[in-house]
Amino acid sequence: MTHAAYVFAAYGVSALVIAALGIWILLDQAARRRELKELEQRGIRRRSDRQGAGKEANK
Amino acid sequence: MGAGMTDANPQATTLSGRLTALANPTRFIALADRLVPWLGLLALAILAAGLYLAFAAPEDYQQGSTVRIMYIHVPFAWLAMFCYSLMAAAALGTLVWKHPLADVALKSAAPIGAAFTALALLTGSIWGKPMWGTWWVWDARLTSVFVLFLMYLGIIALTRAMDDPGRSARAAAILTLVGFINIPIIKFSVDWWNTLHQPASVFRLDGPTIHPSLLWPLLICAVGFTFLFLTLHLMAMRAEIWRRRVIAMRRLSARAAERAAR
Repeated sequence: MTHAAYVFAAYGVSALVIAALGIWILLDQAARRRELKELEQRGIRRRSDRQGAGKEANK
Repeated sequence: MGAGMTDANPQATTLSGRLTALANPTRFIALADRLVPWLGLLALAILAAGLYLAFAAPEDYQQGSTVRIMYIHVPFAWLAMFCYSLMAAAALGTLVWKHPLADVALKSAAPIGAAFTALALLTGSIWGKPMWGTWWVWDARLTSVFVLFLMYLGIIALTRAMDDPGRSARAAAILTLVGFINIPIIKFSVDWWNTLHQPASVFRLDGPTIHPSLLWPLLICAVGFTFLFLTLHLMAMRAEIWRRRVIAMRRLSARAAERAAR
Protein backbone atom coordinates (compact mmCIF):
# COMPACT_ATOMS: atom_id res chain seq x y z
CA MET A 1 0.00 0.00 0.00
CA THR A 2 1.12 3.54 -0.66
CA HIS A 3 1.26 6.14 2.09
CA ALA A 4 -1.75 7.90 0.61
CA ALA A 5 -3.81 4.73 1.03
CA TYR A 6 -3.04 4.61 4.76
CA VAL A 7 -4.00 8.28 5.15
CA PHE A 8 -7.22 7.66 3.21
CA ALA A 9 -8.04 4.59 5.31
CA ALA A 10 -7.51 6.50 8.58
CA TYR A 11 -9.72 9.42 7.51
CA GLY A 12 -12.31 7.08 5.99
CA VAL A 13 -12.77 4.92 9.08
CA SER A 14 -12.92 8.07 11.25
CA ALA A 15 -15.61 9.67 9.09
CA LEU A 16 -17.62 6.43 9.18
CA VAL A 17 -17.46 6.01 12.96
CA ILE A 18 -18.24 9.67 13.71
CA ALA A 19 -21.14 9.68 11.22
CA ALA A 20 -22.56 6.50 12.78
CA LEU A 21 -22.23 8.02 16.26
CA GLY A 22 -23.99 11.23 15.18
CA ILE A 23 -26.81 9.37 13.42
CA TRP A 24 -27.31 7.09 16.43
CA ILE A 25 -27.66 10.08 18.77
CA LEU A 26 -30.03 11.86 16.37
CA LEU A 27 -32.22 8.73 16.07
CA ASP A 28 -32.23 8.32 19.86
CA GLN A 29 -33.35 11.95 20.28
CA ALA A 30 -36.10 11.58 17.68
CA ALA A 31 -37.42 8.35 19.23
CA ARG A 32 -37.55 9.81 22.75
CA ARG A 33 -39.24 12.98 21.47
CA ARG A 34 -41.85 10.80 19.75
CA GLU A 35 -42.49 8.80 22.93
CA LEU A 36 -42.93 11.97 24.98
CA LYS A 37 -45.42 13.33 22.45
CA GLU A 38 -47.40 10.07 22.47
CA LEU A 39 -47.59 10.10 26.27
CA GLU A 40 -48.71 13.72 26.29
CA GLN A 41 -51.37 12.98 23.70
CA ARG A 42 -52.71 10.23 25.95
CA GLY A 43 -53.07 12.91 28.62
CA ILE A 44 -50.21 11.69 30.76
CA ARG A 45 -48.39 14.55 32.39
CA ARG A 46 -45.33 14.73 34.53
CA ARG A 47 -46.00 15.40 38.20
CA SER A 48 -44.36 18.83 37.98
CA ASP A 49 -46.45 19.72 34.92
CA ARG A 50 -49.71 18.77 36.59
CA GLN A 51 -48.94 20.96 39.56
CA GLY A 52 -48.02 23.83 37.32
CA ALA A 53 -51.04 23.24 35.06
CA GLY A 54 -53.12 26.00 36.68
CA LYS A 55 -50.30 28.45 36.27
CA GLU A 56 -49.86 27.54 32.63
CA ALA A 57 -53.58 28.01 31.93
CA ASN A 58 -53.32 31.56 33.23
CA LYS A 59 -50.66 32.49 30.70
CA MET B 1 -42.53 23.03 44.19
CA GLY B 2 -42.09 22.86 40.43
CA ALA B 3 -43.03 26.50 40.06
CA GLY B 4 -40.62 27.53 42.79
CA MET B 5 -37.74 25.71 41.13
CA THR B 6 -38.22 27.29 37.74
CA ASP B 7 -38.90 30.81 38.97
CA ALA B 8 -36.27 31.15 41.65
CA ASN B 9 -32.85 31.98 40.32
CA PRO B 10 -30.31 30.54 42.74
CA GLN B 11 -27.56 33.12 42.64
CA ALA B 12 -25.99 32.21 39.31
CA THR B 13 -22.86 34.23 39.92
CA THR B 14 -20.72 31.47 41.43
CA LEU B 15 -19.77 28.28 39.64
CA SER B 16 -21.57 26.15 42.21
CA GLY B 17 -24.59 28.47 41.92
CA ARG B 18 -24.63 27.98 38.18
CA LEU B 19 -24.28 24.21 38.50
CA THR B 20 -27.16 24.21 40.99
CA ALA B 21 -29.31 26.20 38.58
CA LEU B 22 -28.62 23.57 35.92
CA ALA B 23 -29.86 20.86 38.27
CA ASN B 24 -33.29 21.65 36.92
CA PRO B 25 -33.49 19.40 33.82
CA THR B 26 -36.02 21.68 32.14
CA ARG B 27 -33.63 24.58 32.40
CA PHE B 28 -30.77 22.35 31.17
CA ILE B 29 -32.77 21.29 28.10
CA ALA B 30 -33.59 24.93 27.31
CA LEU B 31 -29.88 25.73 27.49
CA ALA B 32 -28.96 22.70 25.35
CA ASP B 33 -31.59 23.65 22.75
CA ARG B 34 -29.98 27.07 22.46
CA LEU B 35 -26.35 25.85 22.46
CA VAL B 36 -26.43 22.74 20.24
CA PRO B 37 -26.94 24.40 16.82
CA TRP B 38 -24.26 27.02 17.43
CA LEU B 39 -21.77 24.61 18.95
CA GLY B 40 -22.34 22.20 16.07
CA LEU B 41 -21.82 24.88 13.42
CA LEU B 42 -18.75 26.17 15.23
CA ALA B 43 -17.33 22.63 15.40
CA LEU B 44 -17.85 22.06 11.67
CA ALA B 45 -16.35 25.45 10.74
CA ILE B 46 -13.26 24.96 12.92
CA LEU B 47 -12.82 21.39 11.68
CA ALA B 48 -13.11 22.49 8.04
CA ALA B 49 -10.46 25.16 8.60
CA GLY B 50 -8.23 22.82 10.61
CA LEU B 51 -8.37 19.97 8.09
CA TYR B 52 -7.81 22.38 5.19
CA LEU B 53 -4.70 23.73 6.92
CA ALA B 54 -3.63 20.17 7.77
CA PHE B 55 -3.60 19.17 4.11
CA ALA B 56 -2.01 22.46 3.08
CA ALA B 57 0.77 21.99 5.65
CA PRO B 58 4.08 20.55 4.48
CA GLU B 59 4.68 16.81 4.78
CA ASP B 60 7.03 15.48 7.40
CA TYR B 61 10.59 15.06 6.12
CA GLN B 62 10.74 11.49 7.46
CA GLN B 63 7.12 10.34 7.57
CA GLY B 64 5.96 11.80 4.28
CA SER B 65 2.21 12.14 3.92
CA THR B 66 1.39 9.70 6.73
CA VAL B 67 1.97 12.57 9.17
CA ARG B 68 -1.52 13.72 8.09
CA ILE B 69 -2.95 10.93 10.25
CA MET B 70 -1.64 12.94 13.21
CA TYR B 71 -4.30 15.65 12.72
CA ILE B 72 -7.06 13.19 13.63
CA HIS B 73 -5.21 10.61 15.73
CA VAL B 74 -3.95 13.11 18.33
CA PRO B 75 -7.35 14.86 18.82
CA PHE B 76 -9.04 11.43 19.16
CA ALA B 77 -6.53 10.34 21.79
CA TRP B 78 -6.91 13.66 23.63
CA LEU B 79 -10.72 13.32 23.55
CA ALA B 80 -10.53 9.72 24.79
CA MET B 81 -8.84 11.03 27.95
CA PHE B 82 -10.84 14.28 28.14
CA CYS B 83 -14.13 12.40 27.98
CA TYR B 84 -13.06 10.00 30.73
CA SER B 85 -11.92 12.93 32.92
CA LEU B 86 -15.29 14.59 32.37
CA MET B 87 -17.00 11.34 33.39
CA ALA B 88 -14.84 11.15 36.52
CA ALA B 89 -15.87 14.71 37.43
CA ALA B 90 -19.51 13.71 36.85
CA ALA B 91 -18.96 10.66 39.07
CA LEU B 92 -17.89 13.02 41.87
CA GLY B 93 -21.03 15.05 41.14
CA THR B 94 -23.12 11.92 41.72
CA LEU B 95 -21.30 10.66 44.82
CA VAL B 96 -20.57 13.95 46.62
CA TRP B 97 -23.24 16.43 45.57
CA LYS B 98 -25.93 14.04 44.26
CA HIS B 99 -26.33 16.38 41.31
CA PRO B 100 -29.32 15.03 39.35
CA LEU B 101 -27.68 15.58 35.96
CA ALA B 102 -24.29 14.11 36.89
CA ASP B 103 -25.36 10.53 36.16
CA VAL B 104 -27.03 11.68 32.93
CA ALA B 105 -23.72 13.30 31.91
CA LEU B 106 -21.70 10.19 32.80
CA LYS B 107 -24.00 7.69 31.10
CA SER B 108 -24.40 9.68 27.88
CA ALA B 109 -20.67 10.45 27.58
CA ALA B 110 -19.56 6.81 27.74
CA PRO B 111 -20.49 5.71 24.19
CA ILE B 112 -19.01 8.90 22.73
CA GLY B 113 -15.79 8.34 24.67
CA ALA B 114 -15.70 4.71 23.56
CA ALA B 115 -16.09 5.76 19.91
CA PHE B 116 -13.23 8.27 20.10
CA THR B 117 -11.02 5.78 21.96
CA ALA B 118 -11.69 3.17 19.29
CA LEU B 119 -10.79 5.74 16.64
CA ALA B 120 -7.57 6.67 18.44
CA LEU B 121 -6.63 2.96 18.44
CA LEU B 122 -7.68 2.41 14.81
CA THR B 123 -5.98 5.51 13.36
CA GLY B 124 -2.90 4.79 15.47
CA SER B 125 -2.80 1.27 14.12
CA ILE B 126 -3.16 2.48 10.53
CA TRP B 127 -0.36 4.98 11.18
CA GLY B 128 1.81 2.35 12.87
CA LYS B 129 1.81 -0.07 9.95
CA PRO B 130 3.73 2.14 7.48
CA MET B 131 5.87 3.93 10.13
CA TRP B 132 6.65 1.19 12.64
CA GLY B 133 6.13 -1.80 10.39
CA THR B 134 3.42 -3.24 12.62
CA TRP B 135 -0.29 -2.69 13.26
CA TRP B 136 0.01 -3.33 16.96
CA VAL B 137 2.46 -3.90 19.79
CA TRP B 138 1.64 -4.47 23.44
CA ASP B 139 3.69 -1.53 24.65
CA ALA B 140 2.61 0.52 27.69
CA ARG B 141 0.89 3.33 25.76
CA LEU B 142 -1.12 1.12 23.40
CA THR B 143 -2.03 -1.33 26.14
CA SER B 144 -3.17 1.37 28.58
CA VAL B 145 -5.37 3.00 25.92
CA PHE B 146 -6.81 -0.43 25.10
CA VAL B 147 -7.61 -0.82 28.82
CA LEU B 148 -9.33 2.59 28.67
CA PHE B 149 -11.48 1.29 25.81
CA LEU B 150 -12.43 -1.77 27.90
CA MET B 151 -13.28 0.54 30.83
CA TYR B 152 -15.65 2.48 28.58
CA LEU B 153 -17.34 -0.76 27.49
CA GLY B 154 -17.72 -1.84 31.13
CA ILE B 155 -19.28 1.50 32.10
CA ILE B 156 -21.62 1.37 29.09
CA ALA B 157 -22.77 -2.11 30.12
CA LEU B 158 -23.22 -1.11 33.77
CA THR B 159 -25.16 2.10 33.05
CA ARG B 160 -27.56 0.14 30.84
CA ALA B 161 -27.92 -2.98 32.98
CA MET B 162 -30.72 -1.72 35.23
CA ASP B 163 -34.11 -0.27 34.34
CA ASP B 164 -33.98 2.24 37.17
CA PRO B 165 -31.15 4.70 36.40
CA GLY B 166 -31.06 5.78 40.05
CA ARG B 167 -29.78 2.36 41.07
CA SER B 168 -26.93 2.06 38.58
CA ALA B 169 -25.76 5.66 39.10
CA ARG B 170 -23.76 4.95 42.26
CA ALA B 171 -22.11 1.80 40.94
CA ALA B 172 -21.21 3.47 37.63
CA ALA B 173 -19.77 6.48 39.47
CA ILE B 174 -17.56 4.29 41.68
CA LEU B 175 -16.35 2.21 38.72
CA THR B 176 -15.57 5.39 36.76
CA LEU B 177 -13.58 6.90 39.64
CA VAL B 178 -11.58 3.71 40.21
CA GLY B 179 -10.77 3.58 36.50
CA PHE B 180 -9.53 7.18 36.54
CA ILE B 181 -6.18 5.86 37.81
CA ASN B 182 -5.61 4.78 34.21
CA ILE B 183 -5.59 8.37 32.88
CA PRO B 184 -2.23 9.46 34.39
CA ILE B 185 -0.88 6.01 33.49
CA ILE B 186 -1.78 6.64 29.83
CA LYS B 187 -0.29 10.14 29.94
CA PHE B 188 3.02 9.13 31.53
CA SER B 189 3.32 5.61 30.10
CA VAL B 190 5.64 6.92 27.41
CA ASP B 191 7.98 8.32 30.09
CA TRP B 192 7.79 5.51 32.62
CA TRP B 193 8.27 2.62 30.25
CA ASN B 194 10.21 1.98 27.09
CA THR B 195 7.49 2.27 24.46
CA LEU B 196 7.41 2.05 20.70
CA HIS B 197 4.99 4.97 20.86
CA GLN B 198 6.80 8.30 20.88
CA PRO B 199 6.84 10.49 24.01
CA ALA B 200 4.71 13.64 24.32
CA SER B 201 5.53 16.21 21.64
CA VAL B 202 2.84 18.89 22.18
CA PHE B 203 2.28 19.33 25.90
CA ARG B 204 5.75 19.18 27.43
CA LEU B 205 7.58 21.38 29.88
CA ASP B 206 10.23 22.46 27.37
CA GLY B 207 7.64 23.36 24.73
CA PRO B 208 6.35 21.48 21.68
CA THR B 209 8.80 19.58 19.51
CA ILE B 210 6.60 19.86 16.43
CA HIS B 211 7.34 22.58 13.88
CA PRO B 212 4.75 25.44 14.04
CA SER B 213 3.67 24.73 10.44
CA LEU B 214 2.34 21.34 11.59
CA LEU B 215 1.48 22.31 15.17
CA TRP B 216 -1.08 25.03 14.36
CA PRO B 217 -3.31 22.86 12.12
CA LEU B 218 -3.10 20.15 14.81
CA LEU B 219 -4.24 22.51 17.57
CA ILE B 220 -7.09 23.88 15.42
CA CYS B 221 -8.24 20.31 14.63
CA ALA B 222 -8.09 19.47 18.35
CA VAL B 223 -10.30 22.47 19.21
CA GLY B 224 -12.73 21.55 16.41
CA PHE B 225 -13.07 17.91 17.53
CA THR B 226 -13.51 19.09 21.13
CA PHE B 227 -16.44 21.30 20.07
CA LEU B 228 -17.84 18.35 18.10
CA PHE B 229 -17.57 16.19 21.22
CA LEU B 230 -19.34 18.82 23.35
CA THR B 231 -22.15 19.11 20.78
CA LEU B 232 -22.66 15.34 20.65
CA HIS B 233 -22.55 15.10 24.43
CA LEU B 234 -25.18 17.82 24.93
CA MET B 235 -27.42 16.06 22.38
CA ALA B 236 -26.94 12.68 24.07
CA MET B 237 -27.64 14.20 27.51
CA ARG B 238 -30.84 15.78 26.20
CA ALA B 239 -31.98 12.42 24.79
CA GLU B 240 -31.15 10.73 28.10
CA ILE B 241 -33.21 13.28 30.09
CA TRP B 242 -36.13 12.63 27.75
CA ARG B 243 -35.66 8.86 28.16
CA ARG B 244 -35.87 9.21 31.94
CA ARG B 245 -38.97 11.41 31.62
CA VAL B 246 -40.67 8.76 29.49
CA ILE B 247 -39.84 6.09 32.08
CA ALA B 248 -41.17 8.28 34.92
CA MET B 249 -44.36 9.15 33.04
CA ARG B 250 -45.03 5.51 32.11
CA ARG B 251 -44.57 4.50 35.73
CA LEU B 252 -46.93 7.25 36.84
CA SER B 253 -49.62 6.22 34.38
CA ALA B 254 -49.25 2.55 35.31
CA ARG B 255 -49.73 3.47 38.96
CA ALA B 256 -52.79 5.55 38.11
CA ALA B 257 -54.26 2.67 36.10
CA GLU B 258 -53.65 0.32 39.02
CA ARG B 259 -55.42 2.69 41.41
CA ALA B 260 -58.36 2.99 39.02
CA ALA B 261 -58.68 -0.79 38.74
CA ARG B 262 -58.85 -1.25 42.46
